[in-house]
Parts: sequence; C-alpha cells; structure tokens
Amino acid sequence: MDTLISIWHKYNSLFISGTKVTIILSLMTIVFATIIGSILAMMKISKLRLLRYIANIYVEFIRGTPLMVQIALIFYGLPILGVEFPELTIWGMDFERLSSGIFALTINSSAYVCEIVRSGIQSIDKGQMEAARSIGFGHTSSMLLIILPQAIKNILPALGNEFVSLIKNSSQVSIIGIAELMYVSDTVRGISYKPFEPLIIISVIYFIMTFIITRLITLFEKKLGKSTRR
Amino acid sequence: MNKKQTNLEKYSVPEREFRPSIHPIIAVSDVCKNYKKLEVLNHVDLYVKQGEVVAIIGPSGSGKSTLLRCINRLETIRSGGIYYKNEDITVGGNKKLNSVRMHIGMVFQHFNLFPHLTVLQNITLGPIHLKKMKKEDANKKAEELLEMVGLLDKKDVYPEMLSGGQKQRIAIARTLAMEPDVILFDEPTSALDPEMVGEVLQVMKNLAKSGMTMIIVTHEMGFAREVASKVVFMDAGEITASGTPEKIFTNCENERVRAFLEKVL
Repeated sequence: MDTLISIWHKYNSLFISGTKVTIILSLMTIVFATIIGSILAMMKISKLRLLRYIANIYVEFIRGTPLMVQIALIFYGLPILGVEFPELTIWGMDFERLSSGIFALTINSSAYVCEIVRSGIQSIDKGQMEAARSIGFGHTSSMLLIILPQAIKNILPALGNEFVSLIKNSSQVSIIGIAELMYVSDTVRGISYKPFEPLIIISVIYFIMTFIITRLITLFEKKLGKSTRR
Repeated sequence: MNKKQTNLEKYSVPEREFRPSIHPIIAVSDVCKNYKKLEVLNHVDLYVKQGEVVAIIGPSGSGKSTLLRCINRLETIRSGGIYYKNEDITVGGNKKLNSVRMHIGMVFQHFNLFPHLTVLQNITLGPIHLKKMKKEDANKKAEELLEMVGLLDKKDVYPEMLSGGQKQRIAIARTLAMEPDVILFDEPTSALDPEMVGEVLQVMKNLAKSGMTMIIVTHEMGFAREVASKVVFMDAGEITASGTPEKIFTNCENERVRAFLEKVL
C-alpha cells in the first residue's frame, strides 16, 4: 500500500496525462465511429445490393479479426502503402501517433456502431414506415420524422455501452506507442521496477471512468423509460 | 403508358358484370401477384366509383389485404394495372407515388399511430409537412376531426394512453386530415376487443354516409351488409362473386360464398 501511494505521488502527472490521452482517444473515436457506423448502417438496410454487400463484408471482416492486429496493420501497413498520418496537437500537447490510433479504433468501432444503429432502426415496427408512406411521406422523410426519433431511444444507450468498451479497448493502442494509460503504466514499471502497483492504479482509473459512464447510461435509460412506454 | 390506357379501355367496355357507369376512381385491372410460387392475386378486376363503399370479404389468406395493399402500392404487382382517376399508379417514380398516396388514405389493422407524437401531432404531421399547411390551421382542422370521432379531450395525450378503439378512431382522423378521395381500411376492427368494435364501425358508418369512397376488408358481415354498396367475395386470390349486399348475403348462387357465409354468420 505504501509503495502504491509513493508511486502515485511520484508519477501522478504521468498517469493524469495518460488519462487525458485515453479520454481524447475514446471521445474522438466514438464521434467518428458514430458517423461512419451510421453511414454503414444505412448501406446495410439500403435497397442497393452492392452497398449491402460492401457494408456486410466490412462489418464481418472487422468483427472477425482482433483489434490489436487491426491497430498494427494500420500503423505499420498504411505508411508502406504511402499514407502518412498528420501529427495532431490537442490541448496544447503533442500527440504523436495519435491520429493513426484514432483511425484504427474508428475503423474497428464503426463496425460495432453499424450493428447498433441497424438493429435500432430495424427494431421499429414495419407498420410505422407503412403508415408514414401511406400518408404520402417519401422514404427519407419517413426515416427522419418517424423512424429515427423512435430508434434513437434504442440506439443511444447502446452507443454509451460501446463508448465504455472503447475506453477499455483503447488500452491496446499502447502497442504502437501512444502514451495513454496502459503505456504510462508500462513506462512507470520500467522506471520504478515495480510491475504491480502501476497496473493497480490504472485499473482504478479505468474503472472510475467506465463506472461513471454506465451510471449515466442507466439514469438516461430510466428517464427515457418514463416517456416512451409503448 | 399508352398501352396500359388502352388496356383499361378494354375493360371499360360493357362486358363485365360490375362495369362502372362513370369513370371509376379506382380501377384494378387484371392484376396478378405472387410471392415466389404462391399465387396471391390471380387476374383480379375491381372498379370503385366515387362515393361507393366496397366491402371485401372472404376466408383468411384469400388475398383481400394484399389487394388493398397493392392499391396503395405497399406491395408491388407482377402484371396488370391499378388506376387512380385513370392514371396507372403501378408505374412511375417515387414523387408520383407519394402524391397519389396523399389522395388514397389507409387505415391499418394495428392502427400504426406514431408513439413518439401526441394525438394532435399524429394528425397534423401530414398536413403540415406535405400540404404545407400552417400549424394553426392544421391544429384547427385536427381538432374538428377529433370532435368528429369524439376524442377531442385526448388531443394532447400519447397513443400509449389510448384504448384500441380510440387508437383506431385517431388513425381514421389522421387519414382524413390529408383529405383523401379514397380510404382503404385493412381489417380495421380485427385487432380490437369486441366492446370497442362498435365505436369504430360507427365512425366508419358516418364516413360512408358523408359520401366518402371506401374500400374495406372486413370480417364484420353485419357491417358489410348494412353499409356497403357493393360486396366482393375473394377466395384463393380470385374474386369469385360480387354484387349488392342482398345478392351476396341472401341468395348467392355461388356455392363457395354460401359455404363461407354459413360458417361466419
């Protein structure tokens, strides 16, 4: 316990900056993944077979391969293909390699978001679309006015859960040297020769973050539940 | 397009039993439809004049609902033509389809009210967005319609708070708000508790009296007999008998019809 506290005292600035990086990684990824995942979901329920095929292959491939492999593939593979990632500067800090980490996590997470959005939309009774169409609304306006407002209540909590797993999965980008929490713990272990204590510290930090978010989701669901019993 | 029109004229010549005397508002002409190998509609003809109330009866799986859904193009057909005021609605793009649907209302078995909108919003959604009505005008019109179906006091509640019969009356008001020329009713009372059937039928009776053109798929034989101007009997994807209610219900020469009526009456 004493070593735990002394390690925290000695290296807390490292842990805090690692937490910031983890939060930025996860936040930016969930934003991009929501956009790309929604587009993929639209492709998946589209009438055009080609779009459906593309989205299906994408989702199946991403969900069928390990995240760590995808991260390495993108970090080492894309430069070989001639794609260079820009270095990002956020919060006045220099985030080397961050962009390729965000890219890899987005590629991965958008496949899961795609399924969340698709099932959210398809859980709405077919009669809703038929009623909207029979009044005279086109497909797009029916989606926007009737289907999506109902589907969003299913989608948002599931997106929150995806955010939680994103925070946890972001630890895997430490393999490409992004200084997030897991990387920080490795660094501290290297300096202090203590393998156990830094891991305890980051576990607690991860748990605090995910616990707060899951509580928020539960609150949100309760609030929704009151107004949307059908 | 031209070919289809001549096709319609062919069926308009006086050779059919229920040939329309004036131009029909809805004409279903030689329609076939199949789900894979299953024939659901087999050379169906149906003409509906302005102000007519047509009741479609028949056993389950005979294609009644499918026919109705084809008229609103919720289902596609394999061959034949469906005409609204002499215009083939089975051809043409989405824009035309949407404008035709604004003139052909539909009431569903399961009401399909929009649960995220209040009763008033359910009714005004179409007029505001599609007819570009001002919100106040649309609200006023909706309140008149709610008064008509006897549910003005429910205008600010959400559909979940309503009983089945109330939901269906709201659904009828929602359809009427678009001022359609024809309303299609797809088994409007089949999902209701028995005690609520009456209130919905009463609204429909009043509508019929007001001169609304209606096509009703129903299992309410008493209602069909009382309100319909024409009764159509469907069996196995074909119209096997049609005529006035007296003709169908009292002395129909078709054996299949008599057998069916014996069972349900």
